[in-house]
Amino acid sequence: MTSNIVMQSADVTRAITRIAHEILESNRGSSNLVLLGIPTRGVTLARRIAAAIASIDGVHVPLGSLDVTMYRDDLQKQPLREPAPTNVPVDIEHATVVLVDDVLYSGRTVRAALDALTDLGRPDVVRLAVLVDRGHRELPIRADYVGKNLPSSSGERVNVSLSETDGVDSVDIEREAP
Amino acid sequence: MIPHLISTRDLSREQAIALLDISADMAESGARENKKLPALRGKTIVNLFYEDSTRTRISFEVAEKRLSADVINFSAKGSSVAKGESFKDTIVTLREMGVDGVVIRHPSSGAPHLLAERDWIDVPVINAGDGTHEHPTQALLDAYTLRAKRWGDSARSKGLDGLRVVIVGDILHSRVARSNIWLLHTLGATVTVVAPPTLLPPGLSEWPVSVSYDLDAVLAQPCDAVMMLRVQSERMRAAYFPNAHEYSAGWGLTLERFHRLSPDVMILHPGPMNRGFEISSAAADATQSLVLDQVANGVFVRMAVLYSVLTGTEVMS
Repeated sequence: MTSNIVMQSADVTRAITRIAHEILESNRGSSNLVLLGIPTRGVTLARRIAAAIASIDGVHVPLGSLDVTMYRDDLQKQPLREPAPTNVPVDIEHATVVLVDDVLYSGRTVRAALDALTDLGRPDVVRLAVLVDRGHRELPIRADYVGKNLPSSSGERVNVSLSETDGVDSVDIEREAP
Repeated sequence: MIPHLISTRDLSREQAIALLDISADMAESGARENKKLPALRGKTIVNLFYEDSTRTRISFEVAEKRLSADVINFSAKGSSVAKGESFKDTIVTLREMGVDGVVIRHPSSGAPHLLAERDWIDVPVINAGDGTHEHPTQALLDAYTLRAKRWGDSARSKGLDGLRVVIVGDILHSRVARSNIWLLHTLGATVTVVAPPTLLPPGLSEWPVSVSYDLDAVLAQPCDAVMMLRVQSERMRAAYFPNAHEYSAGWGLTLERFHRLSPDVMILHPGPMNRGFEISSAAADATQSLVLDQVANGVFVRMAVLYSVLTGTEVMS
Protein backbone atom coordinates (compact mmCIF):
# COMPACT_ATOMS: atom_id res chain seq x y z
CA MET A 1 0.00 0.00 0.00
CA THR A 2 1.47 3.36 -1.01
CA SER A 3 -0.02 6.69 -0.14
CA ASN A 4 0.48 9.97 -1.95
CA ILE A 5 -0.50 13.33 -0.51
CA VAL A 6 -2.22 15.37 -3.22
CA MET A 7 -3.48 18.32 -1.15
CA GLN A 8 -1.68 19.84 1.82
CA SER A 9 -3.30 21.93 4.51
CA ALA A 10 -2.73 25.21 2.60
CA ASP A 11 -4.23 23.67 -0.58
CA VAL A 12 -7.35 22.65 1.31
CA THR A 13 -7.74 26.14 2.77
CA ARG A 14 -7.25 27.80 -0.63
CA ALA A 15 -9.78 25.46 -2.25
CA ILE A 16 -12.38 26.23 0.42
CA THR A 17 -11.81 29.97 0.06
CA ARG A 18 -12.13 29.75 -3.72
CA ILE A 19 -15.35 27.71 -3.45
CA ALA A 20 -16.77 30.36 -1.10
CA HIS A 21 -15.93 33.07 -3.66
CA GLU A 22 -17.46 31.05 -6.51
CA ILE A 23 -20.67 30.43 -4.55
CA LEU A 24 -21.00 34.16 -3.82
CA GLU A 25 -20.23 35.04 -7.41
CA SER A 26 -22.77 32.73 -9.04
CA ASN A 27 -25.40 33.49 -6.41
CA ARG A 28 -24.68 37.26 -6.70
CA GLY A 29 -24.15 37.53 -2.94
CA SER A 30 -25.33 35.51 0.00
CA SER A 31 -29.09 36.09 -0.14
CA ASN A 32 -31.25 32.95 0.14
CA LEU A 33 -28.18 30.75 0.53
CA VAL A 34 -28.37 27.65 2.73
CA LEU A 35 -25.35 25.34 3.12
CA LEU A 36 -26.15 21.71 3.90
CA GLY A 37 -23.27 19.34 4.62
CA ILE A 38 -23.57 15.58 4.16
CA PRO A 39 -22.24 13.85 7.33
CA THR A 40 -19.58 13.49 8.46
CA ARG A 41 -16.91 15.48 6.63
CA GLY A 42 -19.37 17.32 4.41
CA VAL A 43 -20.72 19.01 7.54
CA THR A 44 -17.23 20.11 8.56
CA LEU A 45 -16.54 21.45 5.07
CA ALA A 46 -19.88 23.28 4.99
CA ARG A 47 -18.95 24.94 8.28
CA ARG A 48 -15.60 26.03 6.81
CA ILE A 49 -17.22 27.37 3.65
CA ALA A 50 -19.75 29.29 5.77
CA ALA A 51 -16.89 30.80 7.76
CA ALA A 52 -15.12 31.80 4.53
CA ILE A 53 -18.32 33.39 3.20
CA ALA A 54 -18.70 35.29 6.49
CA SER A 55 -15.17 36.67 6.23
CA ILE A 56 -15.69 37.73 2.61
CA ASP A 57 -19.24 39.02 2.75
CA GLY A 58 -19.80 39.58 6.49
CA VAL A 59 -22.95 37.46 6.41
CA HIS A 60 -23.52 34.24 8.36
CA VAL A 61 -25.45 32.04 5.98
CA PRO A 62 -27.71 29.29 7.43
CA LEU A 63 -25.78 26.07 7.92
CA GLY A 64 -27.07 22.55 8.48
CA SER A 65 -26.53 18.84 8.02
CA LEU A 66 -28.45 16.49 5.77
CA ASP A 67 -28.18 12.78 6.51
CA VAL A 68 -28.87 10.59 3.48
CA THR A 69 -28.59 7.11 5.03
CA MET A 70 -32.29 6.27 4.81
CA TYR A 71 -32.32 7.27 1.14
CA ARG A 72 -29.39 5.17 -0.06
CA ASP A 73 -29.92 2.58 -2.78
CA ASP A 74 -27.44 0.10 -1.29
CA LEU A 75 -28.90 -0.44 2.19
CA GLN A 76 -29.22 -4.16 1.46
CA LYS A 77 -25.73 -4.50 0.00
CA GLN A 78 -23.60 -2.91 2.71
CA PRO A 79 -23.14 -3.61 6.42
CA LEU A 80 -25.65 -1.72 8.55
CA ARG A 81 -25.18 2.00 8.16
CA GLU A 82 -25.85 4.05 11.25
CA PRO A 83 -27.66 7.22 10.35
CA ALA A 84 -26.32 10.61 11.44
CA PRO A 85 -28.41 13.58 12.58
CA THR A 86 -30.17 15.78 10.08
CA ASN A 87 -30.42 19.37 11.20
CA VAL A 88 -31.84 21.89 8.77
CA PRO A 89 -32.20 25.15 10.69
CA VAL A 90 -34.31 27.08 8.18
CA ASP A 91 -37.15 26.51 5.75
CA ILE A 92 -35.54 25.51 2.46
CA GLU A 93 -38.62 26.44 0.42
CA HIS A 94 -37.42 28.97 -2.23
CA ALA A 95 -33.84 28.82 -0.91
CA THR A 96 -30.64 28.26 -2.87
CA VAL A 97 -29.30 25.11 -1.25
CA VAL A 98 -25.64 24.23 -1.66
CA LEU A 99 -25.00 20.57 -0.81
CA VAL A 100 -21.46 20.01 0.48
CA ASP A 101 -19.56 16.72 0.53
CA ASP A 102 -15.91 15.74 0.72
CA VAL A 103 -15.53 13.40 -2.26
CA LEU A 104 -17.70 13.07 -5.36
CA TYR A 105 -17.36 9.55 -6.77
CA SER A 106 -20.26 7.43 -8.08
CA GLY A 107 -22.79 10.21 -7.45
CA ARG A 108 -25.05 7.88 -5.49
CA THR A 109 -24.71 9.81 -2.23
CA VAL A 110 -25.74 12.99 -4.02
CA ARG A 111 -28.71 11.20 -5.57
CA ALA A 112 -29.79 10.10 -2.08
CA ALA A 113 -29.28 13.67 -0.84
CA LEU A 114 -31.55 15.03 -3.57
CA ASP A 115 -34.27 12.61 -2.46
CA ALA A 116 -33.78 13.56 1.18
CA LEU A 117 -34.01 17.22 0.24
CA THR A 118 -37.25 16.64 -1.66
CA ASP A 119 -38.83 15.33 1.54
CA LEU A 120 -37.88 18.52 3.38
CA GLY A 121 -39.20 21.04 0.89
CA ARG A 122 -38.72 22.53 -2.54
CA PRO A 123 -35.69 24.79 -2.87
CA ASP A 124 -35.54 27.10 -5.91
CA VAL A 125 -32.05 25.89 -6.75
CA VAL A 126 -29.79 23.07 -5.55
CA ARG A 127 -26.04 23.24 -6.12
CA LEU A 128 -23.24 20.86 -5.25
CA ALA A 129 -19.84 21.71 -3.76
CA VAL A 130 -17.16 19.06 -3.19
CA LEU A 131 -13.56 19.21 -2.08
CA VAL A 132 -12.48 16.42 -4.45
CA ASP A 133 -14.03 15.12 -7.66
CA ARG A 134 -12.41 11.79 -8.42
CA GLY A 135 -14.53 10.79 -11.42
CA HIS A 136 -16.13 7.36 -12.04
CA ARG A 137 -19.68 8.69 -12.04
CA GLU A 138 -22.46 6.10 -12.21
CA LEU A 139 -25.25 8.68 -12.45
CA PRO A 140 -25.76 11.87 -14.48
CA ILE A 141 -24.58 14.15 -11.67
CA ARG A 142 -21.86 16.80 -11.65
CA ALA A 143 -20.54 19.27 -9.11
CA ASP A 144 -20.92 23.06 -9.47
CA TYR A 145 -17.97 23.88 -7.22
CA VAL A 146 -14.91 21.62 -7.07
CA GLY A 147 -11.85 22.03 -4.86
CA LYS A 148 -9.70 19.69 -6.93
CA ASN A 149 -10.29 17.36 -9.84
CA LEU A 150 -8.42 14.20 -9.04
CA PRO A 151 -8.31 11.61 -11.81
CA SER A 152 -8.06 8.25 -10.04
CA SER A 153 -8.53 4.61 -10.82
CA SER A 154 -11.36 2.81 -9.08
CA GLY A 155 -8.84 0.55 -7.33
CA GLU A 156 -7.45 3.54 -5.45
CA ARG A 157 -8.77 5.12 -2.27
CA VAL A 158 -9.08 8.85 -1.82
CA ASN A 159 -8.91 9.91 1.83
CA VAL A 160 -9.92 13.37 2.95
CA SER A 161 -8.68 14.36 6.40
CA LEU A 162 -9.91 17.49 8.15
CA SER A 163 -8.40 18.85 11.34
CA GLU A 164 -11.76 18.83 13.22
CA THR A 165 -12.18 15.07 12.83
CA ASP A 166 -8.75 13.80 11.82
CA GLY A 167 -6.31 16.24 13.39
CA VAL A 168 -4.89 17.45 10.08
CA ASP A 169 -6.07 18.93 6.75
CA SER A 170 -4.97 16.83 3.79
CA VAL A 171 -6.09 14.73 0.84
CA ASP A 172 -4.20 11.59 -0.03
CA ILE A 173 -4.57 8.85 -2.55
CA GLU A 174 -3.82 5.24 -1.62
CA ARG A 175 -3.02 2.51 -4.04
CA GLU A 176 -2.19 -1.17 -3.67
CA ALA A 177 1.53 -1.75 -4.14
CA PRO A 178 2.11 -3.53 -7.45
CA MET B 1 -25.78 -5.26 13.57
CA ILE B 2 -28.23 -7.83 14.97
CA PRO B 3 -29.97 -10.53 12.91
CA HIS B 4 -33.04 -10.73 15.19
CA LEU B 5 -34.30 -9.03 18.34
CA ILE B 6 -35.47 -11.73 20.74
CA SER B 7 -34.13 -10.65 24.12
CA THR B 8 -32.40 -7.59 25.56
CA ARG B 9 -29.89 -10.03 27.11
CA ASP B 10 -28.46 -10.52 23.62
CA LEU B 11 -27.57 -6.84 23.25
CA SER B 12 -24.11 -5.54 24.06
CA ARG B 13 -23.81 -2.06 25.53
CA GLU B 14 -22.53 -0.75 22.17
CA GLN B 15 -25.44 -2.31 20.28
CA ALA B 16 -27.99 -0.98 22.77
CA ILE B 17 -26.57 2.55 22.61
CA ALA B 18 -26.43 2.38 18.80
CA LEU B 19 -30.12 1.42 18.75
CA LEU B 20 -30.97 4.35 21.03
CA ASP B 21 -28.94 6.72 18.83
CA ILE B 22 -30.69 5.51 15.69
CA SER B 23 -33.99 6.01 17.54
CA ALA B 24 -33.00 9.64 18.10
CA ASP B 25 -32.46 10.07 14.35
CA MET B 26 -35.85 8.52 13.72
CA ALA B 27 -37.40 10.95 16.23
CA GLU B 28 -35.91 13.82 14.27
CA SER B 29 -37.64 12.63 11.08
CA GLY B 30 -40.89 12.23 13.05
CA ALA B 31 -40.94 15.97 13.65
CA ARG B 32 -41.03 16.76 9.92
CA GLU B 33 -44.06 17.53 7.86
CA ASN B 34 -43.31 14.50 5.66
CA LYS B 35 -42.66 11.79 8.23
CA LYS B 36 -41.96 8.98 5.80
CA LEU B 37 -38.50 7.56 5.10
CA PRO B 38 -37.80 5.24 2.16
CA ALA B 39 -35.41 2.83 3.92
CA LEU B 40 -37.66 -0.27 3.84
CA ARG B 41 -39.37 0.38 0.54
CA GLY B 42 -40.31 -2.90 -1.15
CA LYS B 43 -40.07 -4.92 2.09
CA THR B 44 -43.08 -6.82 3.37
CA ILE B 45 -43.38 -7.21 7.13
CA VAL B 46 -45.97 -9.33 8.87
CA ASN B 47 -47.19 -8.48 12.34
CA LEU B 48 -48.02 -11.86 13.75
CA PHE B 49 -50.14 -11.34 16.84
CA TYR B 50 -51.23 -14.46 18.68
CA GLU B 51 -52.19 -12.36 21.67
CA ASP B 52 -54.27 -9.21 22.09
CA SER B 53 -52.44 -5.93 21.80
CA THR B 54 -53.39 -2.41 20.92
CA ARG B 55 -50.47 -0.12 21.52
CA THR B 56 -47.64 -2.45 20.57
CA ARG B 57 -49.30 -3.61 17.36
CA ILE B 58 -50.27 -0.10 16.28
CA SER B 59 -46.86 1.24 17.26
CA PHE B 60 -45.13 -1.39 15.11
CA GLU B 61 -47.52 -0.70 12.26
CA VAL B 62 -46.86 3.05 12.40
CA ALA B 63 -43.10 2.39 12.55
CA GLU B 64 -43.23 0.04 9.55
CA LYS B 65 -45.27 2.49 7.51
CA ARG B 66 -42.98 5.41 8.40
CA LEU B 67 -40.14 3.38 6.90
CA SER B 68 -42.21 2.67 3.75
CA ALA B 69 -42.56 -1.09 4.33
CA ASP B 70 -45.67 -2.97 3.27
CA VAL B 71 -47.50 -4.24 6.32
CA ILE B 72 -49.58 -7.35 6.85
CA ASN B 73 -51.48 -7.62 10.10
CA PHE B 74 -52.27 -11.09 11.30
CA SER B 75 -54.15 -11.84 14.48
CA ALA B 76 -54.78 -15.38 15.57
CA LYS B 77 -58.40 -14.57 16.21
CA GLY B 78 -60.31 -14.89 12.97
CA SER B 79 -57.45 -16.68 11.18
CA SER B 80 -56.71 -20.30 10.27
CA VAL B 81 -55.22 -20.66 13.74
CA ALA B 82 -58.78 -20.57 15.03
CA LYS B 83 -59.44 -23.49 12.65
CA GLY B 84 -56.60 -25.48 14.18
CA GLU B 85 -53.62 -24.66 11.95
CA SER B 86 -50.28 -25.31 13.65
CA PHE B 87 -47.75 -22.56 14.36
CA LYS B 88 -45.30 -24.11 11.95
CA ASP B 89 -47.82 -24.38 9.12
CA THR B 90 -48.76 -20.72 9.51
CA ILE B 91 -45.09 -19.71 9.38
CA VAL B 92 -44.31 -21.86 6.33
CA THR B 93 -47.34 -20.36 4.57
CA LEU B 94 -46.01 -16.86 5.25
CA ARG B 95 -42.58 -17.89 3.96
CA GLU B 96 -44.02 -19.05 0.68
CA MET B 97 -45.85 -15.75 0.31
CA GLY B 98 -42.48 -14.00 0.55
CA VAL B 99 -42.43 -11.89 3.70
CA ASP B 100 -39.16 -10.13 4.56
CA GLY B 101 -39.56 -9.81 8.32
CA VAL B 102 -41.74 -11.07 11.16
CA VAL B 103 -42.85 -9.16 14.23
CA ILE B 104 -44.33 -11.68 16.61
CA ARG B 105 -46.31 -11.57 19.84
CA HIS B 106 -47.15 -14.92 21.34
CA PRO B 107 -48.60 -16.08 24.68
CA SER B 108 -45.92 -18.82 24.89
CA SER B 109 -42.50 -17.80 26.16
CA GLY B 110 -39.89 -18.77 23.60
CA ALA B 111 -42.06 -18.68 20.46
CA PRO B 112 -39.97 -15.91 18.79
CA HIS B 113 -36.77 -17.75 19.71
CA LEU B 114 -38.11 -20.92 18.11
CA LEU B 115 -38.99 -18.98 14.98
CA ALA B 116 -35.50 -17.47 14.77
CA GLU B 117 -33.78 -20.82 15.39
CA ARG B 118 -35.73 -23.17 13.14
CA ASP B 119 -35.43 -23.22 9.37
CA TRP B 120 -39.17 -22.67 8.87
CA ILE B 121 -38.50 -19.18 7.65
CA ASP B 122 -35.21 -17.36 7.12
CA VAL B 123 -36.05 -13.73 7.82
CA PRO B 124 -35.39 -11.36 10.73
CA VAL B 125 -37.63 -11.93 13.75
CA ILE B 126 -38.59 -9.22 16.22
CA ASN B 127 -40.07 -10.23 19.54
CA ALA B 128 -43.09 -8.03 20.34
CA GLY B 129 -43.70 -9.83 23.64
CA ASP B 130 -43.64 -13.56 24.36
CA GLY B 131 -45.53 -14.94 27.36
CA THR B 132 -43.77 -14.00 30.57
CA HIS B 133 -40.33 -13.98 28.91
CA GLU B 134 -39.36 -10.70 27.23
CA HIS B 135 -40.64 -7.57 25.51
CA PRO B 136 -37.40 -6.05 24.23
CA THR B 137 -38.81 -3.08 22.29
CA GLN B 138 -40.66 -1.96 25.42
CA ALA B 139 -37.40 -1.99 27.38
CA LEU B 140 -35.63 -0.08 24.61
CA LEU B 141 -38.32 2.58 24.52
CA ASP B 142 -38.20 2.88 28.32
CA ALA B 143 -34.41 3.28 28.18
CA TYR B 144 -34.74 5.81 25.35
CA THR B 145 -37.35 7.78 27.32
CA LEU B 146 -35.21 7.82 30.48
CA ARG B 147 -32.10 8.78 28.54
CA ALA B 148 -33.81 11.57 26.59
CA LYS B 149 -35.37 12.99 29.77
CA ARG B 150 -32.19 12.75 31.79
CA TRP B 151 -29.63 14.01 29.24
CA GLY B 152 -31.78 16.04 26.82
CA ASP B 153 -29.95 17.16 23.68
CA SER B 154 -26.66 15.68 24.85
CA ALA B 155 -28.08 12.13 25.18
CA ARG B 156 -26.41 10.78 22.05
CA SER B 157 -23.89 7.96 22.63
CA LYS B 158 -24.62 7.93 26.37
CA GLY B 159 -25.89 5.02 28.48
CA LEU B 160 -27.86 5.26 31.73
CA ASP B 161 -24.85 5.09 34.02
CA GLY B 162 -25.61 5.77 37.66
CA LEU B 163 -29.37 6.01 37.14
CA ARG B 164 -31.34 4.40 39.99
CA VAL B 165 -34.52 2.74 38.75
CA VAL B 166 -37.19 1.11 40.91
CA ILE B 167 -39.48 -1.41 39.19
CA VAL B 168 -42.67 -2.09 41.14
CA GLY B 169 -45.31 -4.76 40.78
CA ASP B 170 -45.93 -8.07 39.11
CA ILE B 171 -42.35 -9.10 38.37
CA LEU B 172 -43.39 -12.78 38.18
CA HIS B 173 -45.54 -12.39 35.06
CA SER B 174 -43.89 -9.32 33.57
CA ARG B 175 -41.91 -9.66 30.37
CA VAL B 176 -41.50 -5.89 30.51
CA ALA B 177 -39.65 -6.22 33.82
CA ARG B 178 -37.36 -8.97 32.50
CA SER B 179 -36.40 -7.05 29.40
CA ASN B 180 -35.91 -3.87 31.39
CA ILE B 181 -33.78 -5.45 34.10
CA TRP B 182 -31.25 -6.78 31.58
CA LEU B 183 -31.17 -3.67 29.42
CA LEU B 184 -30.95 -1.21 32.32
CA HIS B 185 -28.13 -3.29 33.76
CA THR B 186 -26.31 -3.35 30.40
CA LEU B 187 -26.64 0.43 30.16
CA GLY B 188 -25.17 0.97 33.63
CA ALA B 189 -28.28 1.70 35.71
CA THR B 190 -28.93 0.09 39.08
CA VAL B 191 -32.27 -1.65 39.46
CA THR B 192 -34.37 -2.40 42.52
CA VAL B 193 -37.47 -4.55 42.15
CA VAL B 194 -40.31 -4.26 44.64
CA ALA B 195 -43.24 -6.66 44.80
CA PRO B 196 -45.26 -8.85 47.15
CA PRO B 197 -43.29 -12.09 47.72
CA THR B 198 -45.90 -14.03 45.75
CA LEU B 199 -45.25 -11.95 42.61
CA LEU B 200 -41.47 -12.44 42.53
CA PRO B 201 -40.07 -15.21 40.36
CA PRO B 202 -37.81 -17.94 41.75
CA GLY B 203 -34.11 -17.59 40.93
CA LEU B 204 -34.20 -13.81 41.31
CA SER B 205 -30.87 -13.92 43.12
CA GLU B 206 -29.17 -14.60 39.77
CA TRP B 207 -30.46 -11.35 38.29
CA PRO B 208 -28.55 -8.07 38.54
CA VAL B 209 -31.11 -6.47 40.89
CA SER B 210 -31.73 -5.81 44.52
CA VAL B 211 -35.08 -7.02 45.84
CA SER B 212 -37.48 -5.60 48.39
CA TYR B 213 -41.03 -6.28 49.54
CA ASP B 214 -41.45 -2.83 51.07
CA LEU B 215 -42.23 -0.03 48.63
CA ASP B 216 -42.27 2.71 51.28
CA ALA B 217 -38.80 1.76 52.49
CA VAL B 218 -37.45 1.79 48.92
CA LEU B 219 -39.06 5.13 48.05
CA ALA B 220 -37.58 6.65 51.21
CA GLN B 221 -34.18 6.25 49.54
CA PRO B 222 -33.18 8.55 46.67
CA CYS B 223 -34.05 7.26 43.19
CA ASP B 224 -34.30 8.68 39.66
CA ALA B 225 -37.19 6.73 38.17
CA VAL B 226 -40.10 4.57 39.27
CA MET B 227 -41.54 2.11 36.82
CA MET B 228 -44.98 0.81 37.74
CA LEU B 229 -46.01 -2.49 36.16
CA ARG B 230 -49.50 -3.49 35.21
CA VAL B 231 -51.07 -6.19 37.38
CA GLN B 232 -51.69 -8.90 34.80
CA SER B 233 -54.93 -10.41 36.02
CA GLU B 234 -55.22 -12.43 32.79
CA ARG B 235 -52.10 -14.42 33.62
CA MET B 236 -53.00 -15.02 37.25
CA ARG B 237 -54.39 -18.43 37.87
CA ALA B 238 -54.02 -18.30 41.63
CA ALA B 239 -54.56 -15.84 44.46
CA TYR B 240 -51.33 -13.82 44.58
CA PHE B 241 -52.73 -11.16 46.90
CA PRO B 242 -56.00 -10.86 48.87
CA ASN B 243 -57.67 -8.15 46.76
CA ALA B 244 -57.08 -5.06 44.66
CA HIS B 245 -57.31 -2.76 47.64
CA GLU B 246 -54.64 -4.67 49.56
CA TYR B 247 -52.35 -4.60 46.55
CA SER B 248 -52.85 -0.92 45.99
CA ALA B 249 -52.20 -0.12 49.66
CA GLY B 250 -48.96 -2.11 49.66
CA TRP B 251 -47.51 -1.70 46.17
CA GLY B 252 -49.53 0.90 44.27
CA LEU B 253 -48.29 4.40 43.47
CA THR B 254 -51.15 5.91 45.47
CA LEU B 255 -51.87 9.60 45.75
CA GLU B 256 -50.22 9.64 49.17
CA ARG B 257 -47.03 7.89 47.94
CA PHE B 258 -46.94 10.09 44.88
CA HIS B 259 -46.96 13.22 47.04
CA ARG B 260 -44.00 11.87 49.01
CA LEU B 261 -41.91 11.42 45.84
CA SER B 262 -39.40 14.07 44.94
CA PRO B 263 -40.82 16.06 42.00
CA ASP B 264 -37.86 15.17 39.77
CA VAL B 265 -38.44 11.41 40.00
CA MET B 266 -39.51 10.14 36.58
CA ILE B 267 -42.64 7.96 36.55
CA LEU B 268 -43.08 5.28 33.90
CA HIS B 269 -45.77 2.72 33.12
CA PRO B 270 -45.78 0.43 30.07
CA GLY B 271 -49.57 0.64 29.76
CA PRO B 272 -52.37 -0.16 29.62
CA MET B 273 -52.79 1.36 33.08
CA ASN B 274 -55.23 0.14 35.71
CA ARG B 275 -55.88 3.54 37.23
CA GLY B 276 -56.51 3.42 40.97
CA PHE B 277 -55.00 -0.07 41.14
CA GLU B 278 -51.23 -0.02 40.56
CA ILE B 279 -51.10 3.72 39.81
CA SER B 280 -53.27 6.64 40.89
CA SER B 281 -54.56 9.06 38.29
CA ALA B 282 -52.70 11.88 40.01
CA ALA B 283 -49.39 10.08 39.40
CA ALA B 284 -50.29 8.90 35.88
CA ASP B 285 -51.17 12.41 34.73
CA ALA B 286 -48.48 14.29 36.67
CA THR B 287 -45.88 16.42 34.90
CA GLN B 288 -43.12 13.99 35.91
CA SER B 289 -45.07 11.10 34.38
CA LEU B 290 -43.48 9.96 31.10
CA VAL B 291 -46.32 7.62 30.10
CA LEU B 292 -47.17 9.57 26.95
CA ASP B 293 -43.49 10.08 26.07
CA GLN B 294 -43.15 6.30 26.23
CA VAL B 295 -45.92 5.89 23.65
CA ALA B 296 -44.45 8.50 21.31
CA ASN B 297 -40.91 7.15 21.65
CA GLY B 298 -42.12 3.59 21.04
CA VAL B 299 -42.61 4.39 17.36
CA PHE B 300 -39.04 5.77 16.99
CA VAL B 301 -37.45 2.88 18.83
CA ARG B 302 -39.36 0.32 16.75
CA MET B 303 -38.30 2.16 13.58
CA ALA B 304 -34.69 1.86 14.74
CA VAL B 305 -35.06 -1.85 15.47
CA LEU B 306 -36.80 -2.55 12.15
CA TYR B 307 -34.16 -0.58 10.28
CA SER B 308 -31.34 -2.39 12.08
CA VAL B 309 -32.57 -5.95 11.52
CA LEU B 310 -33.94 -5.46 8.01
CA THR B 311 -31.10 -3.57 6.34
CA GLY B 312 -27.42 -4.30 6.02
CA THR B 313 -25.71 -7.51 5.07
CA GLU B 314 -24.74 -9.95 7.81
CA VAL B 315 -23.21 -9.00 11.13
CA MET B 316 -20.99 -5.93 11.30
CA SER B 317 -17.30 -6.74 11.51
